[in-house]
Amino acid sequence: MPKIHLSCTVNEEPREILVQPWQTLLEALRDEFGLTGTKEGCGNGNCGACTVLLNGRAINSCCMLAAEAEGQEIVTVEGLGQNERLDPLQEQFIEFSALQCGFCTPGILMSARALLNKNKTPTEHEIRLAIAGNLCRCTGYDKIVRAIQATAEKEAHSGD
Amino acid sequence: MATKIESAGSEYIGTRAVKIDALERVTGKATFGADLSLPGMLHGKVLRSSFPHARIKRIDTTKAAALKGVKAVMTADDLPPLERVSGTAGGELLISLMDLRKMTIAHDKALYDGHAVAAVAATTPEIAQEALELIDIEYEPLPVVGNALDAMRPDAPILNEELRTKTLGESTDTPTNIAAYIESSRGDVEEGFAQADLIHETHYDTKMVHQGYIEPTSAIAWAQTDDKITVWSSTQGTFGIRRSLSDLLEIALDKINVIPMEVGGAFGGKIYAILEPLAVTLSRKAGRPVKLVMSRAEVFRATGPGAPSHITVKTGVRKDGTLTACYCKLVLDAGAFPGAPVAGASLVGLAPYKTDNLKIEGYDVITNKPRVQAYRAPGGTPAGFAVEAHMDEVAEKLNIDPLKFRMINAVDDGDRMTNDEIFNRIGLKEVLKSISKHPAWTTPIPPGDNRGRGVALGFWRGATLTSSATVNVHPDGTITMNTGQVDLTGTRTTLGQIVAQEMQVPLDNVTVRVGDTDSTPYTDLSAGSRTTYVTGTAVYRACKDALAQLKAHAAEQFNVNPNEVEYNNGKFTVKENEEQNVDLVTVARNSTRRASGPILGYGTVTRVQAAPQFAANVVDIEVDRDTGKITILRHTTFQDVGKAINPTLVEGQMQGGAAQGIGWAITEYYDYDEGVLRNPTLLDYRLPTALDLPMLDTEIIEVPASDGPYGARGVGEVPIVPPGGAIANAIYNAVGVRLYNLPMTPEAVFWALQAKQNGE
Repeated sequence: MPKIHLSCTVNEEPREILVQPWQTLLEALRDEFGLTGTKEGCGNGNCGACTVLLNGRAINSCCMLAAEAEGQEIVTVEGLGQNERLDPLQEQFIEFSALQCGFCTPGILMSARALLNKNKTPTEHEIRLAIAGNLCRCTGYDKIVRAIQATAEKEAHSGD
Repeated sequence: MATKIESAGSEYIGTRAVKIDALERVTGKATFGADLSLPGMLHGKVLRSSFPHARIKRIDTTKAAALKGVKAVMTADDLPPLERVSGTAGGELLISLMDLRKMTIAHDKALYDGHAVAAVAATTPEIAQEALELIDIEYEPLPVVGNALDAMRPDAPILNEELRTKTLGESTDTPTNIAAYIESSRGDVEEGFAQADLIHETHYDTKMVHQGYIEPTSAIAWAQTDDKITVWSSTQGTFGIRRSLSDLLEIALDKINVIPMEVGGAFGGKIYAILEPLAVTLSRKAGRPVKLVMSRAEVFRATGPGAPSHITVKTGVRKDGTLTACYCKLVLDAGAFPGAPVAGASLVGLAPYKTDNLKIEGYDVITNKPRVQAYRAPGGTPAGFAVEAHMDEVAEKLNIDPLKFRMINAVDDGDRMTNDEIFNRIGLKEVLKSISKHPAWTTPIPPGDNRGRGVALGFWRGATLTSSATVNVHPDGTITMNTGQVDLTGTRTTLGQIVAQEMQVPLDNVTVRVGDTDSTPYTDLSAGSRTTYVTGTAVYRACKDALAQLKAHAAEQFNVNPNEVEYNNGKFTVKENEEQNVDLVTVARNSTRRASGPILGYGTVTRVQAAPQFAANVVDIEVDRDTGKITILRHTTFQDVGKAINPTLVEGQMQGGAAQGIGWAITEYYDYDEGVLRNPTLLDYRLPTALDLPMLDTEIIEVPASDGPYGARGVGEVPIVPPGGAIANAIYNAVGVRLYNLPMTPEAVFWALQAKQNGE
């Protein structure tokens, strides 16, 4: 099968590549763009480690073909924030030690970012619902939920 | 050996220092095994048996090898002969090397669904997958032994004709599936039962579960020559991987370098060299680097889950609540090769209960399932569930409050563990006292139907083994602590805090590097709740060694004897002469030009005494009578941690352990149908999600350990033990039914309610 031409925006940069017809968005991000911050934990949408933003919405990148991303805007954890300019979520995850091994962290950050972008004042239940598709085995979610709550409060006060 | 460590000040010990490796984890830069790629790297795939038990009559790999893009194909024949293999491997659960060899790749028999049979390396994962489908194998299916009780029957099909039961060093002479029988006893249980006013006996079953780490198992190997080998592994113990590779592939230790990658969760399940021997063999054959990454289904089927169990508990008790005798029979299912955590289980269940008359019988049994690995407090969780559920019934029959019953029988300093080891300083009574005053226990459950509260205890002894570390003081006064001790969940930070404390420098000036086996001193694996406790001691000693070297330099400068030099607040001074002083940075800078040379402190420790750990849960739950579903309303872990060097990280361990214990208790299990795993996905094997748990409360209790850094005990494992018993007891208090099997799924709870309603 011939490769398919894909042009899309990844972390605010326009990108053009040829992808295999069967290649998932996750594989393209990791193997073609070298963005290994997005993880594969199950390969079938059960664990959420591969969560990225697609036009602002949190999706499992292992369940979407790369070719389907034509013309779309993708944000991965690498685009969320970097050392000098962290996303407030990243700051609070550090502050609360809302991570242990860190393997699920990128996916959870993306799900949480999608939530806070559309809901500035989420309840605890809304936060838990938003990250229910992201499995974490280390933390029991307690500190993660608190870090997201703290971010929401900060963003509400700063009028973001 | 006395290693007690106390510090005058405590600028860093007991503080909530931020994880020093958090930034790379929230920005996606932490590099886990599968994130690495090498130039020219091939992709490996493993062919696995779908038969739970079958003789392998013939393997034909010629078509696979001929496929364009395939660079290497291997079977068991590509490993050195089995007969030459002897010894053991592992850390928390030992496995014979011969069995590890057979587990790595099936020899003449496939022993479980998922057992590796052949492997290939190709230029792309797709070609490797296609090649697997071209391998032709002739299997002769054999009768399947699905669980330990069936395996113990005299007429059970035999998995391994060579296996004999080991009992106190003696072996039987007939083939069997019972690998070992162990017994611990003290006093006379029959005499004890004779003294009892009440004798109670109960039976429990628990199923196979998985550690559930989110990062699938992976390995990369690069054999630049046949005996110049580098392996990148997300393992709990690089030195153990190196040793297994050396033993299985007959390569000297100096020819193998194992580089630790970040570990995306392990919990005991990333100890054995399962993929590494295949990756190295494929790389040697292909002459190129080879990467192997398991799919989630492979992780479930072939990595080594937590052991299932069949447990009997029988106790005798007087009317006043004191125990007169305790008996426990533990049948543990090891999977395909011997080595179930029988010893761990026998230490845990009855540990909190003082008794003069004790007998524990343990059976290590093999079945057609993947060989188990350690899983957080291996063996302890099923045993803890059984004993804690049992004791609740006994307390009820005596009409004694369950917490009071536990206080009456609680072990104390100087009492003995079930293996007769003496408890040094322990905090069980302090844990119980803390519960009795805590709102989680003293305030009523918020009003609602079908709600109940349960309490249960947990114990873990902790492993010790050997640890080492070095401390390198750089010419600018900054410090690198270098160790081979893999960081699973935050020990870089804890160990860094110890360096900052002892060297009296800001934590920002300390780098903790987890290095490879070539460049760090030997250290055992990160398991058994031992890293902070034992490696922390090694780090402390390395700091003291570095300080002694620094003092020698300072003495040289002051022209005094080194024992006249003191170090306080970052300054070296001469005793009783504060005028003569020099700071750490100056001494470090000059060290590269002085005769005594640059500063490299070395610390090592082995054979420390254990620092036993007790924990407890108080849990409030609600039962949905229509569906049987349990909702956790409130959950509190009480734990004696000795000294919380970093309370935030300690809470994280308590919460994570609680969450795993809750999953084990109510949702998680391997669903086997005639030896074939029906649920090897994270949808059908159900880990708790954020919606399944409330906030997880923690109550840190600090009864300093007799040994180790600042009184700290290991904290990682014990919190997984109490949830099963606590939830079972809460269900009884909510709706009046006792559950005897894990997991207590909605279906199980529903049928128990139906049975009660029908008066069964």
